[in-house]
Amino acid sequence: MIPISYYLILSAIVFFTGVVGVLIRRNIIAILLSVELMLNATNINFVAFSDYLQDLGGQVFVFFALTVAAAEVAVGLAIIIALHRSRSTINVEEFNLLKW
Amino acid sequence: MSQLFFGYFAGMIVITSILVVALKNPVYSALSLLVMFFHVAGLFITLHAEFLAAVQIIVYAGAILVLYLFVVMILNVTQDDRYHSQWRIAGVVCIPLFIESLLLLSGGAGAVNTGSRSLQSGPDGAIATDNTLAIGKTLYSTYLFPFEVASLVLLVAMIGAIVLAKKDIGQRET
Repeated sequence: MIPISYYLILSAIVFFTGVVGVLIRRNIIAILLSVELMLNATNINFVAFSDYLQDLGGQVFVFFALTVAAAEVAVGLAIIIALHRSRSTINVEEFNLLKW
Repeated sequence: MSQLFFGYFAGMIVITSILVVALKNPVYSALSLLVMFFHVAGLFITLHAEFLAAVQIIVYAGAILVLYLFVVMILNVTQDDRYHSQWRIAGVVCIPLFIESLLLLSGGAGAVNTGSRSLQSGPDGAIATDNTLAIGKTLYSTYLFPFEVASLVLLVAMIGAIVLAKKDIGQRET
């Protein structure tokens, strides 16, 4: 029997990898991929606790996280395409319209 | 045995998630994210969530990551060497699939040996025959309203993606 703390440590590692990716990458597609990493870390947490507590609610919540991830990807990639069309770059350093 | 499976899946998840951040080419990042999705699905199998493992592969690896790769190819931000050595990538993808099919064929051997109860009963105590049936009963009874809200989220995302990505939606009206 694997203790649940192992799953939590794994999830934390993956989540912080995603956070670091969001912070250090300059390619906007890589930033969205890092967001996917963070969502998967929460999914691992949900399923681990669902098995630990013998409650199916955790697995159902993974479904909703999947739904939100799909919506986020669709809208995010549409925004990237619109940005690429107007600025012809996907480097986030170039997007400074909202910078003060 | 279960420690072996957990160690393999966890190690590969950590390595590939670091590779997602570390690799320069977005295509390679997306492909290592694909490998990570397969290993997360394997981890779900060892946690008695077989249906979620299938959904993880179908939705994440099949739909979301293909969308990413489409956008990467459309925007043409990759280097020239992206078509080389595809057999290595195919091998890396096939290894977790092979291990997962072995797990499923052996009746979830890595999970059975953990000694924990199989998560197959619904919230009302009804004994379901498998994980898919239990999730379906829970989703359509306890979580029916969030399920409908999720469909609304998907509808809004679909309309928003079309509006954002369409080129001349404003000029046609003028």
